[in-house]
Amino acid sequence: MEMQKLYLLVPVAPLVGAIIAGLFCRVIPRWVAHTVTIAGVAIACIASYVIFRDVMAGNTYNGPVYQWLTSGDYHFEVGFLIDQLTVTMMLVVTSVSLMVHIYTIGYMQDDPGYNRFFSYISLFTFSMLMLVMSNNFMQLFFGWEAVGLVSYLLIGFWYTRPTAIFANLKAFLVNRVGDFGFILGIGLVLAHFGTLDYAAVFAKAPELAADTRLALFGEGEGVALMTAICILLFIGAMGKSAQVPLHVWLPDSMEGPTPISALIHAATMVTAGIFMVARMSPLFELSDTALSFVIIIGSITALFMGFLGIIQNDIKRVVAYSTLSQLGYMTVALGASAYSVAIFHLMTHAFFKALLFLAAGSVIIGMHHDQDIRNMGGLRKYMPITWITSLIGSLALIGTPFFAGFYSKDSIIEAVALSHIPGAGFAYFAVMAGVFVTAFYSFRMYFLVFHGAERFGLAAPHHEDHAAHSKAEKHAEPDGSHADQDHHADDAHDEHPHGLAPGEKPHETPWVVTLPLIMLAIPSVIIGYIGIGPMLFGNFFKDAIVVDAEAHPVMTELATHFHGAFAMATHALTTPVFWLAFTGVALSWFFYMKRPDIPEAIKARSGWLYSLLENKYYFDKFNEVFFAAGARLLGRGLWKGGDAGLIDGIIVNGSARFVGWFATVVRLFQTGHIYHYAFTMIIGVFVLMTLWVTRA
Amino acid sequence: MSGTPLLSLAIWVPILAGFVVLATGSDRNAPLARMLSLIGAVAGLLVTIPLYTGFDMRTPAMQFVELATWIPRFNVNYHLGVDGISMPFVILNSFITVTVVLAGWQVIDNKVAQYNAGFLIMSGLLNGIFSALDGVLFYVFFEASLIPLYLIIGIWGGPNRVYAAFKFFLFTLFGSLLFLLALLYLFINSGGSFAILDWHQLPIGMSAQTWLFLAFLVAFAVKVPMWPVHTWLPDAHVEAPTGGSIVLAAIALKLGAYGFLRFSLPIAPDASHELSGLVIALSLIAIIYIGFVALVQEDMKKLVAYSSIAHMGFVTLGFFMFSAMGIEGALVQMISHGFVSGAMFFAIGVMYDRAHSRQIADYGGVVNTMPKFAAFFMLFAMANAGLPATSGFVGEFMVILAAVDYNFWVAFAAASTMIVGAAYTLWMYKRVVFGAVANHHVADLTDINAREFLVFVLFAIGALGMGLYPQPFTEVMHSSVNELLRHVALSKIQ
Repeated sequence: MEMQKLYLLVPVAPLVGAIIAGLFCRVIPRWVAHTVTIAGVAIACIASYVIFRDVMAGNTYNGPVYQWLTSGDYHFEVGFLIDQLTVTMMLVVTSVSLMVHIYTIGYMQDDPGYNRFFSYISLFTFSMLMLVMSNNFMQLFFGWEAVGLVSYLLIGFWYTRPTAIFANLKAFLVNRVGDFGFILGIGLVLAHFGTLDYAAVFAKAPELAADTRLALFGEGEGVALMTAICILLFIGAMGKSAQVPLHVWLPDSMEGPTPISALIHAATMVTAGIFMVARMSPLFELSDTALSFVIIIGSITALFMGFLGIIQNDIKRVVAYSTLSQLGYMTVALGASAYSVAIFHLMTHAFFKALLFLAAGSVIIGMHHDQDIRNMGGLRKYMPITWITSLIGSLALIGTPFFAGFYSKDSIIEAVALSHIPGAGFAYFAVMAGVFVTAFYSFRMYFLVFHGAERFGLAAPHHEDHAAHSKAEKHAEPDGSHADQDHHADDAHDEHPHGLAPGEKPHETPWVVTLPLIMLAIPSVIIGYIGIGPMLFGNFFKDAIVVDAEAHPVMTELATHFHGAFAMATHALTTPVFWLAFTGVALSWFFYMKRPDIPEAIKARSGWLYSLLENKYYFDKFNEVFFAAGARLLGRGLWKGGDAGLIDGIIVNGSARFVGWFATVVRLFQTGHIYHYAFTMIIGVFVLMTLWVTRA
Repeated sequence: MSGTPLLSLAIWVPILAGFVVLATGSDRNAPLARMLSLIGAVAGLLVTIPLYTGFDMRTPAMQFVELATWIPRFNVNYHLGVDGISMPFVILNSFITVTVVLAGWQVIDNKVAQYNAGFLIMSGLLNGIFSALDGVLFYVFFEASLIPLYLIIGIWGGPNRVYAAFKFFLFTLFGSLLFLLALLYLFINSGGSFAILDWHQLPIGMSAQTWLFLAFLVAFAVKVPMWPVHTWLPDAHVEAPTGGSIVLAAIALKLGAYGFLRFSLPIAPDASHELSGLVIALSLIAIIYIGFVALVQEDMKKLVAYSSIAHMGFVTLGFFMFSAMGIEGALVQMISHGFVSGAMFFAIGVMYDRAHSRQIADYGGVVNTMPKFAAFFMLFAMANAGLPATSGFVGEFMVILAAVDYNFWVAFAAASTMIVGAAYTLWMYKRVVFGAVANHHVADLTDINAREFLVFVLFAIGALGMGLYPQPFTEVMHSSVNELLRHVALSKIQ
């Protein structure tokens, strides 16, 4: 009983904070808003740790909180499933969220939407916790959509910016495409299992999987039930975890404030899809087709999104593409049946990627909201804590031995190498190539920002990104002369003006910003070393993750290669993976520190390739032309052609017109002249008499 | 309590209040008329509360039954009663009347007494429709309720109100005539009974069932409205005053859907099964076709009107899959749509009262001047897009899930609303609310006052309460819906 109250406390504490800060955001002072929300998340974090200890002692839990709905034979409940997988996620979510809350005090200090922002991020924490703690698909879907809502609100946080409100609508709609598949998958689960409760569904799955096929495409042997369910559920994951081709929203989501890029669009929400597939491992294990689909989508994302990171100049976008690529790695691990490895990488990534984002945010503050890495350089002198923590984050990201990212990423690569699922060969190539690409773009950014010549403070920055940005800003205020000046004062939260003035130097950020960096840097170094043994090979997850060891023996084989965390790191120095990463770092140093003319020359020579990358493989263009404009065209056609033309024009008003026309014709006989009537009457009498006479 | 004629009170308290309000006469007494209207509406809501608290969930039979002879020569009775299907709508309707009176408080300053009396009388008549168990009584209420709405659009409406009022009236009248023929046929065939429950038991041959079903279909499809007889609704909404739109969307659209459950399914079950494919096809067209049409609307009211049609497509879809979750999901969707579309129309009315435009292009950046309004509008926009934790989700979720069980591709088509519904609602929201202040009209907007805040809160309680805890709404339906399904499964052909 005691523990059940604690379970409930975890999501409720941030919710209460969010409600207080949200409902009263216009009346309470700032310190109240950040105190209640931080207190809420801190309580959730501490409670999660207590629950973690309890679960480690073997006390898992699965039970309802309340009956949400009954209908027919179906019952829908709100309930919690507390097991090893859940507590891992709870710890990751609450601890990163706590760091981001603290960081926000510094990052948002000049923003008029300060209280609202705290309300949103606490609401996010609540939603994410409901998602991971759920014991059924209904509540999973609730959390799934709720995190999407908060993401929408936060991407559009600076709602006067046209780019931000474009990005948040895009994010919501692309996610809805994923949710469309997701809800159909849930529907299939309910239709065939008669329940949405995880435990009941998982228990029944092997039996149903054996001989249930769906005749979805007319005659023929049909599609295996598990394949259909898993692929549909995974489409949901593709939306939330930004897998190709539903990845298009994530880079644009960088329009939101940096703290949420770290919390939502790197560490937690985007990993919901990874978590979901791991949670559904008992189902995915039953369909090799679905696993192949997963591994192929993941490897495409891992490699091709990495390439895009190379040409980005906005510091946040580099990190965003890196996130896409790393999510691809996690997905590849899922496809290889190495679910625990995916969760392990999810965890390490949450720490080092949140660190990289927050460090990027720190740089942005130091640069007075100039985000272009070409205007930086040599920042290590001015921002030492940001510099060191960024270096740690980057080293972790590229998989430097002994750092957190090394253990998780190397395990993914090993697992893929051992997998025999169709598509694993391509995936192995993709993740290997990805290692080089990751190292290259990560250290390109690192060198350009922290080393080399100081390029900031030069008068009037003349580069295209900035010009485009200011143009968009002008667009946002089409008639500034008309608009009330007071409202413009309100809008001062827009991050303006950009950049440092000539001669101005960047400064290290205050402690509320640097403390979270340090706090996140620690796990970015050590958590892999500590975690790999128990999490991957120590039966940490027990029954929370199910792997069919007969059909997919990846993890058991991986275990035979594992001789401890230290040996793994030292052994890595002799593997191609390490040297690929090393080459990536070395090449970026050579290109951007020694010979900046070389990348320029490459850029100039490879016209079509560069414009392919510059346009992000034309996904956005295609979506805009085909889906967005196509839908509007279809809508206009149906409206003007169908509703206004056919139904109203011909049928409704047409029948009215017919009545009118008929009346007009008939009216011609009503002339009002007595001799017309008399004449008609005589003719009539004459005709009648003729008929009478001839008949007789 | 059992002796109190609760349903009669639900019908006649608002009607009586309406006449009292009418008696206050000219606009010199407008404050008094408003106060009396509010008292009447709240009293009308209060008398319906015991219908829920005293409701017996275990029985599918009619409850709170009242029976009195009306026209003995034709065996016409004043016969009232509710079951788990109709009872929620009596309460919803009485609730909506309160919001409507509040919504028109300062806004209507012309013929105040007549305006409010119209709504109160209509509220009583609508309650009559949901509780009538006699065919003639039902028909009288059904037709009489048209008159106040017709007058409200025709007198307090926009510039093109006469066209809209006529179109509304003729469309619905056309359907009603066929309905009347069906009622007369049933009267004759049942050996002179107008009791709807007797008709449920009446054996009817297949071809007669088919004709009856089609007559009902035309009558109810116009009311719902279903594609392709929906074109009166956007015009009526555009011209109607805010209160008229709220009642039209929240209650009047539910009459047709209710008719399907009370007449079509139980009276012509074999024809219902036979022709379910037709209704499902029309429902899917409503969901998809209308969704795309809503996307390109330039007038906010038209957009929400089209979105209403798409949402009602879920209702008819849910009914004709003949599963408990489908029907209950459809009923939930009907109630939810009452809260959500009512709130959406109210939100548009709030903006219209200030800037006198419903064109999306005339707005932009409303959040800068009306932050409280923007927060409420966001809530209801999300509910309209079917976000979990709002009532809009529950009905869609249940119907989609029921549809997967029925046929995967039907569910596939219906679930497309997840994308299209979000697209039209949030794209409108983005263009109207987000962004920098677009023009001096927007710059001059003032945020919602206490009265508007209260109306939004009332709607929000409905939308959020039902989203977070739908069980109290559905548990009253179970017995009646199960009985209906059992009944519909039996053939009436002998």
